[in-house]
This record gives sequence, structure tokens and C-alpha cells, in this order.
Amino acid sequence: MALISKKDAALIKDPLLDNNPITIQVLGICSALAITAELKASIVMSVSVLFVLGLGNVVISLMRNIIPSKIRIIVQLIVVATLVIIVDLVLKAFAYELSKTLSVFVGLIITNCIIMGRFEAFALGNGPWRSFLDGIGNAVGYGVILIAVGFFRELLGSGTLLGFKVLGDPIEKTGLYAFGYENNGFMLLSPMALIVVGIIIWIQRTKNKSLIEEN
Amino acid sequence: MSKRTDSNGYTMIFAVVMVLIVGSLLAFMASSLKPNIKENQRIEKQQNILYAMGVNENDESSATFVSTSVAGEEFKKYIKKQLVIEGDKITESDDAYLIDIKKQKTNAKNGKTRKLPLFIGEKDGKTFYVAPIYGKGLWDAIWGYVSMDENMVVQGAYFDHKGETPGLGANIKQRYFMDDFNGEHLLTEAGDFKGITVAKGNNDPKNDDKNDYEVDAIAGATITGDGVSAMIKSDLSLYVPYFKTLNP
Repeated sequence: MALISKKDAALIKDPLLDNNPITIQVLGICSALAITAELKASIVMSVSVLFVLGLGNVVISLMRNIIPSKIRIIVQLIVVATLVIIVDLVLKAFAYELSKTLSVFVGLIITNCIIMGRFEAFALGNGPWRSFLDGIGNAVGYGVILIAVGFFRELLGSGTLLGFKVLGDPIEKTGLYAFGYENNGFMLLSPMALIVVGIIIWIQRTKNKSLIEEN
Repeated sequence: MSKRTDSNGYTMIFAVVMVLIVGSLLAFMASSLKPNIKENQRIEKQQNILYAMGVNENDESSATFVSTSVAGEEFKKYIKKQLVIEGDKITESDDAYLIDIKKQKTNAKNGKTRKLPLFIGEKDGKTFYVAPIYGKGLWDAIWGYVSMDENMVVQGAYFDHKGETPGLGANIKQRYFMDDFNGEHLLTEAGDFKGITVAKGNNDPKNDDKNDYEVDAIAGATITGDGVSAMIKSDLSLYVPYFKTLNP
């Protein structure tokens, strides 16, 4: 028997494209706007969410039969908040430099609707292994969009990628800037993240017409 | 079918037990890791102060501290004196760098005298006066260390923040922003305190003009930049009387 059955593989594959948490379910938009001005921040956030969602889904799934349905949302919140705070504390004690880069994201992870969404929609009704795969799939689907948005915003807004000046130096007027190219500062502001996400949604639905909702 | 987990009694007990478990787990983690975290923060302060006076491992574009393992030694080697200025009284203290600036600011608001730490360092025969600053950015606290010569001309600056937006306000701790402060004057020629403003569109993006009391702002980070200007004004101006005693 294969390690991952066909049905389980769909759990990872679907959220990447046809059921992408950002472009199809339109969840996790807040963090997609907030931290995609830079490619590096997008990557860090994606990895953090991957970790928290994978682990959180497993924890919720293990607890699914004992969680009282009336307070399940609060229980989910507590689980994710506890996980994130513990990770933050451990990093602060043993990997201080790393924790300083990540501390900005802690608040954003706790309030990320994708995490609550997957707990609620999947982990509460499925076993730990399937929940784990679902968490990983959704986190990667989220990360792919985040990194794509971060890529375009940093490239067009600052003319850099991961801090490297790929288009030349805007002050010394080298590279593209020698021909009169200018960075578009508007790309660095949050509204442009929404527009970039909108363009991705548009392209995706043009390619796959079955995704277009009927009114 | 009514599930066992739906009853009010079960819900209450579950909530209480969950809060107890999570609460004690977090309390245990926090208190057992506290010494490590405190130590990390202490070393970081030393690294920050050293960074501002030019003791760092920067390469072309990165901002890199001296490594944590040698920070203590380097701090002893380069920082010759740590002063605490309290009104007219100036005392020396080896723990001045541990003074909590935020607390001192609150004290000052409540009418108590504020303790102003000042670190005097020497490197390559040059004397640096490093002062801490503390203020607020867009989301949360921002702070930093500014090193000056005896005429309050900036020799180096280090800024940090708690939760500014990555890619925008968070860039105050990038070299291209911090390095702009080097050589800027804080005092007018008449000797009055003017400060340095983080300004938009000052037509000097390369920052060649060191006498304009302005550095170029970061696009998309107006409020964080204003916070930097404000903390420089409010906190460094307090040191003017001390610097006056150096150049009578």
C-alpha cells in the first residue's frame, strides 16, 4: 500500500489550485495584505503557517470527540494561541535572532482565518493523519499565493528580491533605472496586494471555467 | 441523538479543565524559560550599543552584531564608562545599560526625575557617546541607540521595533535607513537642539547634505518614520545639558 492513498493525496493537491484557501475560499486575506510587501516576509509567514496548521489540525483532530460543540470555536482559538505562544517562547529562549524575525507574525498567525477554517471544517470531523495532510495542503496553497504576491510586490515596488537589487540601483541609476524606469511605490501599499490577489483570481478562473460561480 | 458532550455540565467542566491545563502549561513554560530570555535580552542590549558605535560585523549591506559569545567581552573592552544622569547629578554604574527606558519615561510623566543612561565608548582613539531612545511607531514600540561625538554629530545609529509592518516600517532596522543618520547634526550652529527629521521628498535621497537635519524617509512607512523623528527629538534633547558641559 502506498504511504498516501489517492483520496489522501487529493487533500494535499486540491488546496493548491482548485480549492485554494486564498483565491477560491477567500480566507487568510488579512495576512496576505499585511506582510507581502517583501518576499522574505511572505516566505517566513508561509513556513510558520505550515507548521502551526499542520500541528494544530492534528491536535484538534485528536480532541475532536471530547470538544463540547457549544464552545468549540473558543477551544480552537485556545489551541492555536497556546501552540503559537509556546513556539514563540522557546524561540526567544534558544534562537533569539530567529524569534525577533518571527515575533511580528505571531499575532497574525493566531488570527489567520485559514487556521480556524480548517480546524472547523476538517479537523473536527476527520482523523489525525488526514487532518495533518489537509493542514499541510492548505498551508502550502496559502503559501504559494503569498509568495507569488510577495514576489510581484517586492519586484515592482522596491526593485529588489529578497533584498537583492535585481533591477539595478535606483539612486545610482544603474540597470533598468538607467533607461528611466521607476519603482512603483504604490505596489508597497496594501491595496495593491488586494489587486494582485484579484488578478491571480481572474487568471485562475479564466483557465478553469468550472470555478466561476453562477448567480 | 443528544451527545454527551452537549450538556451544559460537561461544557462547563471542559472549559474549566482546559483553562487550568493551558494556563499552567503556559505559566510553567514562561517562568522556566525566563532566565534564558532575560539573558538573551541583556546580551542584545550590549550588542545594540556596540553596533551604534561602530563595533559590529557588517558586510556590504547587512546589519550584523558582534556574535553573542563575545558581546560581553567586547562591551567591557570598548565601553569605558557608563553614566547615569539624574538632573544635575551624574553617577557611574556598570549596570546603566540595564535601565528600562520605558519605565523611566513613565516616571518622568509622573513627576519623578528620569534616569538618563549614557555610554561612553572609545574606538580607534575616538570617543563615542551612545544614548538610548524609545518611542512609538505605527503598531507598537520602537527604540534605538544613537552614538554621537562631543558636538552631538551622529556617528552611528541602530533602530529596532516590536511590531512594525514587515517590508515597510520594519525597514527602519535596515542599513540603508540607519546609515543615513551618520554625520547628521543634532545641534544648530548656535548650539540649540534641532533633531533629525525623517522627511519625505527632501530631494536628497543619497543623503549627501549632512547639515539639513533631515534623512530620507521610507516609502509606505510615514508613521514609523514620524515616530523615529519624535523619539530622537524627545529623548536626545535631554542630553543637551550634559554635552554643554563637555564644550564649555
